[in-house]
Amino acid sequence: MTPQPVLDASGVAKRFGAVTALSDAALTVHAGEVVALMGANGAGKSTFVKILTGALKRDAGTVRIDGTDSTISSPAAARRAGIVPVYQEPALIPDLTVRDNLRLGDTPVDPFLHWTRELGIESLDLSETAGRLPLATLRILDLARALAAEPKVLMLDEMTAALPTNLVERVLKTVRYQADNGIAVIYISHRFTEIAQLCDRASVLRDGHTVGDVPIEPGVEDRIVEMMLGTALTSSEPAPRGAEARPAGKPRLRARGLAAGTALEDVSFDLHPGEVLGVVALEGQGQDELFDILAGFRPADRGTLEVDGAPRRFRHPADAIAAGLTYVPGDRAHALLAGRSVRENIALPLTARMGRWGPIGMRAEAEKVAAAIERLQIDTRAQGEVQRLSGGNQQKVTIGRWLAKGVETLLLFDPTRGIDVRTKGQIYPLVRELADQGAAVLFYTSELEEVRRACDRAVVIFKGRVVEVIEAAEATDERLMRAAYGLQTSEGAA
Amino acid sequence: MSALARIGRFLGDNPVIPLLILLALLVGVLEFMRPGILNERWIGNTVKFAIPLAMLAACQTFTMYTGGIDLSAGVVATVSAFVMATLVPVVGTGPAILLALIPALLIGLVNGIGVAFANVHPLIMSLGTGLIGTGCLQVYQRFVIATGSEVPPFLTWLGTGVTWGFPNSLLIFVPFAALLIYAQSRTGFGRALYAIGSNKEAARLSGVRAWQVYLLLYTLSGLVAGIAGLLYVGLIRAPSLSLVNPLLLPSVAAAVIGGTSIFGGRGSYAGTIVGALILRVLDTLLTLMRMPEGMRVLLFGLIILVVTAIYVRLTDR
Repeated sequence: MTPQPVLDASGVAKRFGAVTALSDAALTVHAGEVVALMGANGAGKSTFVKILTGALKRDAGTVRIDGTDSTISSPAAARRAGIVPVYQEPALIPDLTVRDNLRLGDTPVDPFLHWTRELGIESLDLSETAGRLPLATLRILDLARALAAEPKVLMLDEMTAALPTNLVERVLKTVRYQADNGIAVIYISHRFTEIAQLCDRASVLRDGHTVGDVPIEPGVEDRIVEMMLGTALTSSEPAPRGAEARPAGKPRLRARGLAAGTALEDVSFDLHPGEVLGVVALEGQGQDELFDILAGFRPADRGTLEVDGAPRRFRHPADAIAAGLTYVPGDRAHALLAGRSVRENIALPLTARMGRWGPIGMRAEAEKVAAAIERLQIDTRAQGEVQRLSGGNQQKVTIGRWLAKGVETLLLFDPTRGIDVRTKGQIYPLVRELADQGAAVLFYTSELEEVRRACDRAVVIFKGRVVEVIEAAEATDERLMRAAYGLQTSEGAA
Repeated sequence: MSALARIGRFLGDNPVIPLLILLALLVGVLEFMRPGILNERWIGNTVKFAIPLAMLAACQTFTMYTGGIDLSAGVVATVSAFVMATLVPVVGTGPAILLALIPALLIGLVNGIGVAFANVHPLIMSLGTGLIGTGCLQVYQRFVIATGSEVPPFLTWLGTGVTWGFPNSLLIFVPFAALLIYAQSRTGFGRALYAIGSNKEAARLSGVRAWQVYLLLYTLSGLVAGIAGLLYVGLIRAPSLSLVNPLLLPSVAAAVIGGTSIFGGRGSYAGTIVGALILRVLDTLLTLMRMPEGMRVLLFGLIILVVTAIYVRLTDR
């Protein structure tokens, strides 16, 4: 007889008015097991998670915890039952110190500190205001807080989305170790590499149904994607072009010795029209500062930046935009006017300059916006406010904004963070298409495989310096990883 | 989605409709309490008094789009009304009106500078400039005490006159309101206002320079407040050192009742206009009940709070 599962949910259903979000979702997790919960956007994943963590009440179905029926009527009840979630967004209150945050959640301090050390944070000042800590650290603190609560079921919802590779490793190892010591883990992620590394099984949702439960073994990715999409996967991945295919001639961007603050020491690169240049770096190696300089959020302390041969120094994003450099941040919350319409969001750069504050040509604008929506296949059935769109569609809006304006140099900072495979599969070809039409694209990514899927070559930054330039065709995870950790390869630094 | 949420979403998309219903309801109650009150004269009077309020509320509405507010609007209106009235005997009507708008523009500009460059919260900034304006006005009064004051017939005609049943002030207000409603959604400036209020970071990233927006916005707000003051003194016909000040809080209330979010990024001037009318009708209603002044003010405040709370709850998403 198999041991009793810690969590056993079946037939879970939830309707919102006329919309059925979940019709028959099921999930079984045993102690010592890590189960991936997967599904494309809109499959009902978040609704299911909210039900299991008590944020929503189910309409039908049963949830058994240790064999006993449970209603999980509130997040507090879920916690009492031992289900502890860590979400995609940092949960600490930014204005309070770490210590006050712990007090607020009744988290015991010593176990918490034990876990932070275990997760690779050596020195943590508990009296630091949470909002002043780097995002990656905050995520680790969330996890440490969850572990300190001694959960029966640990639920990690896209928790690695904003983490640098080295911390992801640390998190995965810790979680695996915890599972081996008897806790049950539900792992929600879009990253197959992490799932392959960590999980025992994957439970796949599609259109509100659980459509499959498969053990993780080599080559299972295609099957999972097939289950998520409901059709056989047709590969639309653009083959990266080799060095010989790369356009020669004058570069669009020429960066020389860029330095800013303490993180960015000395970064130089050329970015040509028609090229997608990847940027790979562990957290805090200066990539944020680099993109801040290029996007006009801060000037460089040292170094020069040339756009089409002319030296430039940006004091405001408007300067960068005027020079053709347009920026898509990784965090959609920074880029979207949540309460405004898709149209206003996409059209904003068209009228941002003071010289364009007059009457808007509504018809011309409507056409440009419609063209951008069409090209990105943004699902605008949820008319009205952007905040009603799904995450993937929101991200498309932040890119579509620059399509409507006309793209010359596109600065993408982790544009696929936390979005589903289907949308990712639409974004890569789009980036390639833009490059083919003459755009120059700088593409920072925290997912190594994106270098091969979307880029021509990649610069690897370590401790604020470019340590290597790798052609996409040769960019194996191992090679990128070694470079990102500052380990010399046989060929040496570029 | 629950029925209530659906109603909320509908109201959120069409915020003027429930306001018009509320307005009709209040007028209905009024007619019930005092049959026959609903005549041309009463409507004309209500509109006449609602117009300066709606203009002052425009200052609140548009600054609120960016997440700001203009608490100096009442003082600015008073200053320009008082300065105009005291200058008429000296320089004549036309120049007096133009000169009177200078302090209005100036106070607005100072607000803009404070918000744009010194990063002072608009609430504090405009509160401060409002106090400074009041102080200056009192000093100014000592100098002009001998010249006396006069409200020019043109402004009286505008403020109190009626032509074919329509208040003359509509001549100013209808184009004014049409321009504002057009500008808020169909000009780049209007879009920039909502963008800043909705997400300042995103607006910046899209190339909006917030300081330019703030400067123009608060200067225009000063100008509009000044014009509202001139209109109001034409209606009241007696300039004083606190003429328009009592309209300040109602002007904020009109914007908020009209569905404009004080947190920015949401609202419409059409809603504000209906909000101003609602406040005027409410005022008549409470006056008709022959309540003591204190009770009237208390109820007025209470109703504003309740209406706003219900409305925000309904349209909140």
